[in-house]
Amino acid sequence: MSVFEGFKFRKVSSVVHNLDPRIKFFFVVILFVMAIMFFELLALVVLFFIPLPFVFMARVNKQWLRSLRGAAFFAIFIFATNILVGYFYPSSNRQIIPPVDTATEYLILVEYASAMTLRFVVLIASFSVFFLTTSPDHLGLALQQSRIPYEFCFAFTTAVRFVPVLADEAQTIMDAQKARGLELERGNFLKRVRNYIPILIPLIVNAIRRSLELAEAMESRAWGASEKRTNLYTLKLRRADYILVGVSVLMLIIAVYVRLYVPIPSLTTLLLL
Amino acid sequence: MIEVKDLHFAYPTGLEALKGINLTVDDGEFLAVMGQNGAGKTTLVKHFNGLLKPTAGEVLVDGVSTRDVSVAKLSRNVGFVFQNPDHQLFSETVEEEIGFALKNFGFEEAVIKKQVDWALNLLDITQYRKTSPFMLSGGERKRVALASILAWDPQVIILDEPTIGQDHQQKEKLQQFILQLNAQKKTVVVVTHDVEFVAECNPRVILMSQGKILAEGMAEKVLTNPKLVAQASIVPPQITQVFLELADLGLPTDVIDVHEATKILLGRLRERQ
Repeated sequence: MSVFEGFKFRKVSSVVHNLDPRIKFFFVVILFVMAIMFFELLALVVLFFIPLPFVFMARVNKQWLRSLRGAAFFAIFIFATNILVGYFYPSSNRQIIPPVDTATEYLILVEYASAMTLRFVVLIASFSVFFLTTSPDHLGLALQQSRIPYEFCFAFTTAVRFVPVLADEAQTIMDAQKARGLELERGNFLKRVRNYIPILIPLIVNAIRRSLELAEAMESRAWGASEKRTNLYTLKLRRADYILVGVSVLMLIIAVYVRLYVPIPSLTTLLLL
Repeated sequence: MIEVKDLHFAYPTGLEALKGINLTVDDGEFLAVMGQNGAGKTTLVKHFNGLLKPTAGEVLVDGVSTRDVSVAKLSRNVGFVFQNPDHQLFSETVEEEIGFALKNFGFEEAVIKKQVDWALNLLDITQYRKTSPFMLSGGERKRVALASILAWDPQVIILDEPTIGQDHQQKEKLQQFILQLNAQKKTVVVVTHDVEFVAECNPRVILMSQGKILAEGMAEKVLTNPKLVAQASIVPPQITQVFLELADLGLPTDVIDVHEATKILLGRLRERQ
């Protein structure tokens, strides 16, 4: 459940928290695009360092690290898959750097797999900063001011808001079934999948029950009574937001330039020189 | 016998929930754990069947440290009834729901059938044998949950907030039922806010506050101490409140039982006449 922890918003005030969510999202998307543009380890290492100042400025290092730790399982999975695929179907990465001898070939393979894993880590790291520093309310406001119908904004923010609630509930249900002798890790693969039925059914039933209750509670508070909704708070771009837009665009320009005109050496060739 | 030695527990979020708990629960004892929300009551009892493992210190169940044994194994002797039955019900029929734990513990078919019949009868839900647990009322669901634990006849029974959401009649029945279990030499641990319920059962009480044990002793001693109960954010039973307010008239202040109170008051009235 630690992945969810990493995406849970906590109310703190900092420069990063006060940035306009739309701009923060734009910045994260640029990072995303850049991570997809490069497959060289060296470039991805540089990309990994970009969100770090934001993490420290927002003082969310602990939670941020926890989300990375939560993603470790998938990262290992990606690394292993890349190694296996590269090993059994060498043609898939041979096009990137032609092999010299077997030892180097292995190094190149490991470097390639690390780069693919790091790409995933960069994505998780940057999206985690976004969710850790943006309150669900702000997010909803940003969606509304982007002219998305209120119904959709509400559904989206509600979904985000209930992720931690569901995670907590899943933990309680697991405890309750363990107390009745359920051993999740026992049996072969099929049995293990079946072991999750006593967890999933109460979780789903409760989620449906809760959504019906929420709907009734909303309706009794006149949800949807007025056609045009106004908000107490509105988002306005400030100087820091304009600076972040500038930085993001600049990063993208540099990235495109590097991609097109600068050859990036692989770590393996640098080491062997 | 459950022995708790200098138990400390901190959640992964860093919240220190238990700060040095020492406690012994003897075989066949009836214990109520009371205190305000967030005092650490549920966290404490979750150590008794190994759902939580100590951060520091030790919990011994029949001389064995809970660190070394799985929840499934501990649960065979320590049954835990969760607060909300909806966190565990998942089967198509009440009968299957009650048999679930027995299957997990590897009982034979014939024994399972016998025990299920026994538990259905015990909680007066035999007529719902083939009904879906989701079609039952809240009180009935609670009884199914209770039956699903009692079915394997554990030596220790932990009940987390058993009286919540029960009408008066159900509560009365539950109280009789718990006292009956205790009379059969079962160890019963109840986590509750319900002072009236505790006053009527008069078990040993431990009063918790902020992860520590504030006081322990028989209910009539602990619940009649206005200072202690105030510290734990609970109020004394109503009958005790009356006697405390009338202390100037020379009435005793450690009364929690309505029948005893009636006797004292009648005695006084007769003296006057």
